[in-house]
Amino acid sequence: MIIKSKADISPSEITPKEVFDNRREFIQKAGFGLIVGSAALLASPLRAATLNDKSILIKPSGAHPKIAGYVKTAYGAGEKLTSYDDISTYNNYYEFGTDKNEPALNSKLFKPRPWTISIEGEVKKNKTISIDDIYKLAPLEERIYRMRCVEGWSMVIPWVGFPLAQLIKWAEPNANAKYVEFISLADTQQMPGQNLQVLDWPYTEGLRMDEAMHPLSIMAVGLYGEQLPNQNGAPIRLITPWKYGFKGAKAIVKIRFTEKMPLTSWMKAGPSEYGFYANVNPLVEHPRWTQSSERRIGAGLFSGRIKTQMFNGYAEQVGQLYAGLDLRKNF
Amino acid sequence: MRLFYLGLQDNLSANPIEFIERSTGYWTLLILLVTLSLTPVRLLAGIAWQIQLRRMLGLMMFFYACLHISIYLWLDYSFVWADITKDISKHPRILVGFAAFVLTIPLAITSNNAMMKLLRQRWKQLHQLVYFIAILGIIHFWWLVKKDIREPLLFALILAVLLGIRIYFKILAKQRRVK
Repeated sequence: MIIKSKADISPSEITPKEVFDNRREFIQKAGFGLIVGSAALLASPLRAATLNDKSILIKPSGAHPKIAGYVKTAYGAGEKLTSYDDISTYNNYYEFGTDKNEPALNSKLFKPRPWTISIEGEVKKNKTISIDDIYKLAPLEERIYRMRCVEGWSMVIPWVGFPLAQLIKWAEPNANAKYVEFISLADTQQMPGQNLQVLDWPYTEGLRMDEAMHPLSIMAVGLYGEQLPNQNGAPIRLITPWKYGFKGAKAIVKIRFTEKMPLTSWMKAGPSEYGFYANVNPLVEHPRWTQSSERRIGAGLFSGRIKTQMFNGYAEQVGQLYAGLDLRKNF
Repeated sequence: MRLFYLGLQDNLSANPIEFIERSTGYWTLLILLVTLSLTPVRLLAGIAWQIQLRRMLGLMMFFYACLHISIYLWLDYSFVWADITKDISKHPRILVGFAAFVLTIPLAITSNNAMMKLLRQRWKQLHQLVYFIAILGIIHFWWLVKKDIREPLLFALILAVLLGIRIYFKILAKQRRVK
């Protein structure tokens, strides 16, 4: 509030007599309006939270088409799976809202089919592939992977998908291709959260070529043996289990091979917080969240936290990718 | 109460600890802002009856702050002090929230009439800490959100308006005295 030491009063500043006479009432009303208005605004997110009634709003498992003929694998043997309900109602997917219960509610009108992915950049020639052809590109497998979110929680998720390496082989990148960029759908009609510029849309992620070719990197099309629910990234998304969850770009429409390291959405949003590699690393703290321990979703109120493992427990498989790289600088 | 009800229905989201941590934090800040709005309402509207609610609301805010931090220490970190001290020292967001809580303790202790009489003028000075606590609390909220700052921004704006009204009237009173 600025207090002017004014010389003159311009005519527009002179209070009309009736307002002046009723000033007390006016101020009361204004003050009341301010309080009621702000109370209503503050209450709104809480109201959204009470809508979080899974039983009414969320399709139970079985509502999505079953995926035929995928093979089970040994990945994740002995891990206790996170429930379908938790996996499909607790999502960071800002295209459908920034609260974790919002993607399940706001993605109902999203159409995951028909769908095509276009391949471009450093390739022999640009091409496109439909989602149905992607299903036939390679044998589908179930991969049970741990998923560690940068916010300090984790899940164990049975994805159905195929190695990203298979798709890259089909895409035929040329010798200049050093990085792979994944670009998600940008469509404010289908993705209401994009009306808010919380991130630079479309969502963009990237991998180094050797990371992308690694056998742990998969393109997921299913969850619990069924096609992906919209809120989990239907119809196709990236999974790199040794990296923080946000690396897993969802609803991918474009894959671009580049010579230079692509700038991802989160790198643009907070370069000091989110690096290109985003490897799970309990030794490199994040300014907001603890990275040395995590909470396993569904473990119960009194379960306590568990220790976060280097590369999310996949160090044996992926450690050699980063030999000689300073992981503190390249977080 | 609401938390208890939702808890019975297994409806505290997939991450119940985060959910109750956030909602108790949210209510702490909300009650604090309501408490801080009583005096501006008196200044603007000349109504004074609500001032007697100030202590009750202040203590209610302290109660929610206690719930909030107990959940953090107990449910979230299971009293593993090594992890807790590390979390507080490594994350400015936690440090700021913790500082705000620590500063609230003397205010709660000195909130009874006996202490008011004992401390007299210094009581008022001590309780002016609440403005600082409110600012810390909102920073604590602001740093929590990754990108969507609408809610903490709204809290911050309301606090700015509330503090602005006080400052405005203070300056006004000073000017009057000068005249």
